[in-house]
Amino acid sequence: MAGLLGIEELSREEIQAILDRAKDFQPVQDQTFKRLDILRGKMIVNLFYEASTRTRTSFEIAAKRLGADAISITAAGSSVAKGESLVDTLNTLAAMRPSAIVIRHWASGAPHFLARHLPIPIINAGDGTHEHPTQALLDARTILDCRETLEGLRVAIIGDVVHSRVARSNIHLLSKFGARIVLCGPASLVPPELAAIAPGVEITYDMREAIRDADVIMMLRVQLERQHEAAFPAGEYFQFYGLRLEHLELARPNAIVMHPGPINRGREISSEVADSQRSVILNQVENGVAVRMAVLERILCQ
Amino acid sequence: MRRRLLIRNGRVVDPAARRDEIADVLLEDGRVAAVGARLEAAGAEVFDATGLVVAPGFIDMHVHLREPGFEHAETIETGSRAAAAGGFTSICAMPNTAPVNDNPTVTRYIIERARRFAVTNVFPIGAITKDSAGEELAAIGSMKAAGAVAISDDGRPVMNARVMRRAMETARSFGLPVIDHCEDLNLSAGGDMNEGVVSVRLGLRGIPSCSEDVMVARDILLAEVTGARLHVAHISSRRSVELVAEAKRRGLPVSCEATPHHIALSEADLVPYDSNYKMKPPLRTACDVATLVQGLAEGVIDAIATDHAPHPGSEKMQEFEQCPFGIIGLETALAIALETLYHTGKVSLMRLVELFTLGPARILNLDRGRLAPGAPGDVTIFDPERVWTYDVTQSFSKSSNTPFHGRTFRGRAVATIVGGAVVWRLEPS
Repeated sequence: MAGLLGIEELSREEIQAILDRAKDFQPVQDQTFKRLDILRGKMIVNLFYEASTRTRTSFEIAAKRLGADAISITAAGSSVAKGESLVDTLNTLAAMRPSAIVIRHWASGAPHFLARHLPIPIINAGDGTHEHPTQALLDARTILDCRETLEGLRVAIIGDVVHSRVARSNIHLLSKFGARIVLCGPASLVPPELAAIAPGVEITYDMREAIRDADVIMMLRVQLERQHEAAFPAGEYFQFYGLRLEHLELARPNAIVMHPGPINRGREISSEVADSQRSVILNQVENGVAVRMAVLERILCQ
Repeated sequence: MRRRLLIRNGRVVDPAARRDEIADVLLEDGRVAAVGARLEAAGAEVFDATGLVVAPGFIDMHVHLREPGFEHAETIETGSRAAAAGGFTSICAMPNTAPVNDNPTVTRYIIERARRFAVTNVFPIGAITKDSAGEELAAIGSMKAAGAVAISDDGRPVMNARVMRRAMETARSFGLPVIDHCEDLNLSAGGDMNEGVVSVRLGLRGIPSCSEDVMVARDILLAEVTGARLHVAHISSRRSVELVAEAKRRGLPVSCEATPHHIALSEADLVPYDSNYKMKPPLRTACDVATLVQGLAEGVIDAIATDHAPHPGSEKMQEFEQCPFGIIGLETALAIALETLYHTGKVSLMRLVELFTLGPARILNLDRGRLAPGAPGDVTIFDPERVWTYDVTQSFSKSSNTPFHGRTFRGRAVATIVGGAVVWRLEPS
């Protein structure tokens, strides 16, 4: 792999290899982590133009566990805040000769822009409203920790789908593995074109219909920061698209509830559901490190 | 001593006279003196046009020359040189400069700068409203008196229908066409490319076709009420073309233009997040492209215009959503038109020449675009078969924002003659 810009352009085999390798990196019971030296002598730059807790720290931990040096730069504390352009920042960083650059950016396509102009592997840690490939990989790893296969699973993705990079990456990944995907949310946040971006995707505006017989319920955060207008009536969201305990009765008996975080309790998910036995939200976070280790190894150890 | 130029033995294509035959064209003192077989002109300079097409000088009615105010992107001189290299003898300068061309002082400034530095004719287009802010009408009558050939708030469309109505009434009384960049800014707000499957897939905000269509519809209704001449700039959507076709059937004075890029490319051709594919209106669907080509062939669309929009490299080297809209187009327009319209057999050479000459001349009431004796000596000579590769690093334009860099075309301008003088000539390869 020359880098990781999105799930869309990956093959099923490539994804499977990452998921299999990630399993090797999962912690065994209470065992503390051994620091490996697979990536000794490598330097990974984490460049974060947007706030992030889970993704940035897990990329840092993943790099360090593999023996690499990792430095994190956030836009607020760097020369970006002084008005340096993306291309100038990148040229500066490139001059430091990192082995790879992990980038989180508010603009869709920012990692692709860098990949076109830099000879260094670029790893997309979330670009605007486009893709968040490592999140989809860790979500798949989390599902596979509970299920044999993704094939034939019914996955409901509920919420602000159009603005969600997590949803896009998950749609591509799950579709490649033959899952049945149901998208659900207010019509203005779930445009009909979404059904055409990958095979096996359907759309409903009725949350109960989406959840009925679901194996996996993925809730998305309402991304107020990406909505540029009132796209649905204020104050009604939780009533129609918030996940509550009574909804779970419609799903398969062993259905799991996922959320990429950060969760807004009482907005898209009730506290009871978030803290219930069905919730695998913290497993997702835990798998973040293992999956990112697998990605870094695959990109940097050819 | 009379200045004479004899263009010998070319295929003269003159839509105004429905002429398509091998003939000579004699230019004398900046005007067409004669067109016919084996003209005698002792002492005249001779241009051998054997194997080439000799057409009336091409007119590009939609160009951003960026002067005054944005001379780092383009100047009247560099823009006109790029135009000449593309075969254009006349170009119209859109008013979105700094200051905006909303008063006769700026209009006269552009004309004076063009007189001194441009190699082609330059016709200013005045703003519709002051500062193109969409509120108060600009000095429309005085700009016309100073030389403006139309009014437009291109790029910053007049959103207030009442203001547009008053502008049309004013334009009508001065006999000026109103050129509208049809875009409902509320529907298109924040959009970076055509709204559809591709924008949803790329996670980019969309500019829906309906943002163009509702304004075309509004303007046609207002043109009907006011009797103004309405010209729709860079038409791009199927429904908009249908609306213009319907207006024409009803006999309304409505016309429209299409750009080369909107007939050469669809959203499917877009290189993801490459700002050389970012323009307004955005590249639409293949279905829209087919409608434009048909409209050009059948006469619903009256002209090809480039919407040449230079931006310096630093502005185009940013996150896609930060980049400004627009691409340059003067040097590739003819080649694209030949390739997508003529070499595909969809449009005759006569019609193609008309789209670059008589079409825009009629819309703007210019006494150009024909090769009749007495007409201005503007001639475009081109080779419809010449194979060449566009290298934007050799461009006359100050900017290089184009998706066509490195593309090999069939057909190219060979010489551009303005007022009887050769202002650009392709160096023999």
